[in-house]
Amino acid sequence: MSAKRIKERMSGNEAVAYAIRQVEPDVMPAFPITPSTEIPQMVSTFIANGQMNTDFIPVESEHSAMSAAIGSEAAGARTMTATSSVGLALMWEELLLAASNRLPIVLTLVNRTLSGPININCDHTDGMGARDTGWIQIYSENNQEAYDNYIQAFPIAEDPEVHLPVMICQDGFITSHAVENIELLEDAPVREFVGTYEPEEFLLNPGNPVSVGPYSVSNYAMEARKAQEDAMVRSKDVILKIGEKFGTLSGRSYGLFEEYKTEDADYIMVIMGSAAGTAKEAVDELREEGVKAGVLKLRVFRPFPEDEIAKALSGCKAAAIMDRCESYNGHGGPLAQEIPAGLFRNHVNIETVSYVYGLAGRDFRVEDVRGIFRDLQDLTENGKTIEQFRYVGLRSKQE
Amino acid sequence: MRTDISNINEQSPYEDLTEGLKLFAGGTAEQFNTGEWRTNTPVFLADKCKQCLLCCPVCPDGAIPVEEGKRLAFDYDHCKGCGICMKVCPFDAIIMKEGIKP
Amino acid sequence: MKNTLEIRWHGRGGQGAKTAALLLADVAFKTGQYVQGFPEYGPERMGAPITAFNRISKDEIRVHSNIYDPDYVVVVDETLLHSVDVTAGLKEEGAIIINTPKSAEEIRPLLNGYPGRIVTVDARMISESSLGRNFPNTPMLAAAVAVTGILGRDEFIQDMRASFRHKFAKKPEVIDGNMKALQMAFDAVEEAL
Repeated sequence: MSAKRIKERMSGNEAVAYAIRQVEPDVMPAFPITPSTEIPQMVSTFIANGQMNTDFIPVESEHSAMSAAIGSEAAGARTMTATSSVGLALMWEELLLAASNRLPIVLTLVNRTLSGPININCDHTDGMGARDTGWIQIYSENNQEAYDNYIQAFPIAEDPEVHLPVMICQDGFITSHAVENIELLEDAPVREFVGTYEPEEFLLNPGNPVSVGPYSVSNYAMEARKAQEDAMVRSKDVILKIGEKFGTLSGRSYGLFEEYKTEDADYIMVIMGSAAGTAKEAVDELREEGVKAGVLKLRVFRPFPEDEIAKALSGCKAAAIMDRCESYNGHGGPLAQEIPAGLFRNHVNIETVSYVYGLAGRDFRVEDVRGIFRDLQDLTENGKTIEQFRYVGLRSKQE
Repeated sequence: MRTDISNINEQSPYEDLTEGLKLFAGGTAEQFNTGEWRTNTPVFLADKCKQCLLCCPVCPDGAIPVEEGKRLAFDYDHCKGCGICMKVCPFDAIIMKEGIKP
Repeated sequence: MKNTLEIRWHGRGGQGAKTAALLLADVAFKTGQYVQGFPEYGPERMGAPITAFNRISKDEIRVHSNIYDPDYVVVVDETLLHSVDVTAGLKEEGAIIINTPKSAEEIRPLLNGYPGRIVTVDARMISESSLGRNFPNTPMLAAAVAVTGILGRDEFIQDMRASFRHKFAKKPEVIDGNMKALQMAFDAVEEAL
């Protein structure tokens, strides 16, 4: 059932807007914010041109956008929205409600930092800030993955074993505004892949009343949270199943993470988003020079594939853990906490160094990657002391 | 996926609760016996009642049923004994009695 | 980045350097190559120096960083030569293409000793004579294509006519002027080469 592939070139935002047109959700409430503004803009144009039949709700804030999405999804409509940065922060309260009410909403997040200092460029502060809200989070390396992941988001979210909202993330400006090659699918196979949304129970269903979002006393609330956590755990298999099925359709299958030249690697960089491509380029250079380097590109951040990552890293000497986000805990970002915890629990005793890179749009270069692999070599082979937590490309009097 | 809430209580294991604690059923409040919370009980004196029906809409628990333009006896399964009906009655047709029994 | 052509654009906010970079990516895409076209974003300020980038390759492009050692540099606004180090990292075997009425030899002293090829194009004159207004990005796009040799003249002109028809669907009156600007710039560069 391999489908015809259309070779095109477009930006990451265009690619997601194209996918939204193909999926044609029932409702899209949205409020514009840089760098995701183009997405609701393009969708509105598609609607105005009669190219798709989605109800677009122009709301007055992101808080309202997510509130409307919750109401709409609960009513029985396939619903999505788009946002970035402080827009996601303003949705925070509703993000938790979307997840706890088990509503399969899809949000396309174009990652941008949060203030301050005031800045509009890319890092993962927004997505990482929402990491404990109960949303599935999938990160994309480029426009192609943003497109592919968006299409897979609906069958993952709507699977009866899951029923959780899904956030599809791509790096603001770096991929959202970069025109690159892409292979698109035709409308019909995309629609067939996503299927018609037929929820078993929904609010606007005469004769079958439903109560959504009840007050729950302590005797019930904790049980509900555990059930929600179970669904998140179950989603892992569904994500893998859908990733494989998408591969049959498009020739591009997806797992929880991508392993690039890691099989025999002494040194592995764990990284998410657009910088993974830059890391692969550096790995190719290093391989030619005889350095056994590899990249583990994390795609699915929630549910967090702790055991799978530990296993993938178990054969290397040292791993660089890359966070495009600060946690202000003195030890690195979110990945720098969760990956070593997984290594410990799986009794994988390798060296790790945690790095914060690319904050607020700071460019991350092939040379930076090479420098990081040099740190790992220094640490394991040259007997040098390397700080366990470092900033990449920081101007400092100490360097 | 319809919910039978008579199967759900505070001893139910989490696996038996509904997804997101949603209730896939209507009118389930009827099955919740809030009348048990009552410490004062209204008593309906039918001979004094003029059927003005002022008591019915003010009842916060819908515990005064009306049929064919006439109020009936109190629904003591749901009446919490707040006494609003007694206050609003112009004809002293409702009196409050201490305890859960009328 | 082996086998990859890297181009850096310098302009000022509002002059269309970003649009030119995206159009160049379009042009290269039509030759069946892998492309990237992206701007470096900051606060949007009319007149502020801006940078945009292109990568063009036979192989898949995975790098997502800015370009520091370009093969070619395009300067859409001559006044930038006094404030921006436009030749930073520019390969000696590459070239710099500058919008100016001056000759290459008049410009060379402003380029921090850059020893490579300098191509000058009077994009302002070309734009004003063909479009009646100063839109330097259209002639500079043609100059970039001519110098880099991404596409031959006839094929390029043909492609651009189709692109402009799409881009200017609501104001077709500007298509002819833009086509003229492209042709004039292309010819001027070919003549100089």
